[in-house]
Amino acid sequence: MNVEQHGDRRFRVGWAPASVLAVVLAVLLGSMIGPAGPVWWRVPLALLDHLPLLSIDSGVSDREWSIIWNIRMPRVVLAGLVGAMLSVGGASYQGVFRNPLVDPYLLGAAAGAGLGATLMIAIWDDVGSSWPVDPVPAVAFVFALAAVAVTYLVGASFGGIRTTSTLVLAGVAMVSLLTAMQTFVLQRNSDVVREVYSWILGRVSTAQWDDVRLVLPYVTVSCVVLFFHRRQLDLLRVGDDEAITLGVPVTRVRLIVVIAATLGTAAVVAVSGLIGFVGLVVPHMVRLIAGASYRRVVPLTVAFGAAFLILADIPGRMLTAPAELPIGVVTAFVGAPFFIVLLRTREITR
Amino acid sequence: MSSIEFRDLEVRFGKRMAVRGFTDTVRSGEWLGLIGPNGAGKSSILRAIVGVVPSRGEVIVDGASMALRSRSRRAALVAYVPQDPLMPSDMTGFEYALLGRAPFVGYFGSESRHDRAMVGDVLDRLELSEFADRKLGQLSGGERQRLVIARALATEAPILLLDEPTSALDIGHQQQALELVARLRREHGLTVISAMHDLTLAGLYSDRLALLHEGTVVASGVPEQVLRPETLAEFYGVRVTVHREPDGTIVVIPRRDAMN
Repeated sequence: MNVEQHGDRRFRVGWAPASVLAVVLAVLLGSMIGPAGPVWWRVPLALLDHLPLLSIDSGVSDREWSIIWNIRMPRVVLAGLVGAMLSVGGASYQGVFRNPLVDPYLLGAAAGAGLGATLMIAIWDDVGSSWPVDPVPAVAFVFALAAVAVTYLVGASFGGIRTTSTLVLAGVAMVSLLTAMQTFVLQRNSDVVREVYSWILGRVSTAQWDDVRLVLPYVTVSCVVLFFHRRQLDLLRVGDDEAITLGVPVTRVRLIVVIAATLGTAAVVAVSGLIGFVGLVVPHMVRLIAGASYRRVVPLTVAFGAAFLILADIPGRMLTAPAELPIGVVTAFVGAPFFIVLLRTREITR
Repeated sequence: MSSIEFRDLEVRFGKRMAVRGFTDTVRSGEWLGLIGPNGAGKSSILRAIVGVVPSRGEVIVDGASMALRSRSRRAALVAYVPQDPLMPSDMTGFEYALLGRAPFVGYFGSESRHDRAMVGDVLDRLELSEFADRKLGQLSGGERQRLVIARALATEAPILLLDEPTSALDIGHQQQALELVARLRREHGLTVISAMHDLTLAGLYSDRLALLHEGTVVASGVPEQVLRPETLAEFYGVRVTVHREPDGTIVVIPRRDAMN
């Protein structure tokens, strides 16, 4: 029998290059399109020109290059990091909770960040805007981690280690509680509603290289840890009990995966706001096209998640220029119909 | 080839004792059938062996306590076929059977060429190759059950635990699955412990039966010693006739009361 016909061979020859290609194309498109700046076809030339050892006359002025490099690129890279993180975080959460409806915000990461940011923005003017760095992302990050930690401790202490549904329900309760607190704070400080709202809707548009530097370490660590747990995630698919009989340290794997996914998610939420739908839809898209094994799903969600959010950011800056459409609106508006079509065609061909 | 010994095994769920003082030795290559009414503790014994439920007392395999062995060593020694396995509908047959190799793969590792070849071979032997690339959701109950057994066999564990392996199958598939286990047991000298509801089948395949009632063994021995009408009446609360075929097969036939 030919063993080669099974397993991940398809991934080796097909999906890995396809996913890399998707990211490269998305980055190119993302850097070529925008209201100001050079003609679109000069942008790839200018990028090549800036590679070491290459010198190409791209005809792009220094001012135009500055638009490409300091305005478009940070935004593209940040969108890529955020998309990759939310997607792989969603896939991992769906894996450890064995629940397809779960997204990376499940245990309260986004609600915690939202409350932290709201509190900060509400008392921001009083504290004084003379601080050297913007404290909002830092506070949002800490609140996000704290919310998930509390959820996990509460859920695990009631439900024991055997059931994940207690943890999911604890997450639902925590999200409601935090949202209520946020609403209360907003009610008391109605002058900042607009600012908080625009924070929540996502702020990839104002990205700078500093934002990229802020999230890059967390996203990298998170993705690497999750990548190395992809086989364990496959084992968890047959249930905790059976995974134990197959030698998997179930409780430890779940804790490590949740910590890794939460760390990255909290970082990107703190910087980019709340971008819904990505963590739910990208993993399912990947499953539909490449199969449900986490060996493929984890690396592919990183790549396709990055490409997806970079592309989703493009209509946001074009449609209502010079005003910006929040990226979260675009992800849902474009992603939902696309996902429904994909689901339907897959159902028919199955 | 492995023997398994139980010393005062005790499983407790809150205040309820599911298994009390279970002491037994299953010889290498022997098939022990656990029987008893619902809730008697059959499954709990099996689940305690693999460490899915906490237990007290000792389970000793080949002279060493299971509790002292590493997680992956335990998994490599004992393969477990659960009563109601969770089978993801979008997983392929090959992917599922390959999970059985997990005890031999390092935490960050992946299956070797040998692991894959072995699983291919197991599927071949069980005539399941055609399901290797099919999704579990597209298979029938009988086909899935055989894949669960394939996964357990892919582990190459010397001890096989079967928890109601045939409860979801029709009579033909029941026989097919049990014959498969019996054949593999002969070929590889597997030690088998099964929990079964069907008393006739339990008697047919087991070397020895242990009848459990409220967590305690109340009768133990070769099938003809345990499957007696008065014993079954006492612990199952049923009226049965036990019929003995010329070839020695014991058939348990339920009776209706004449009054009804």
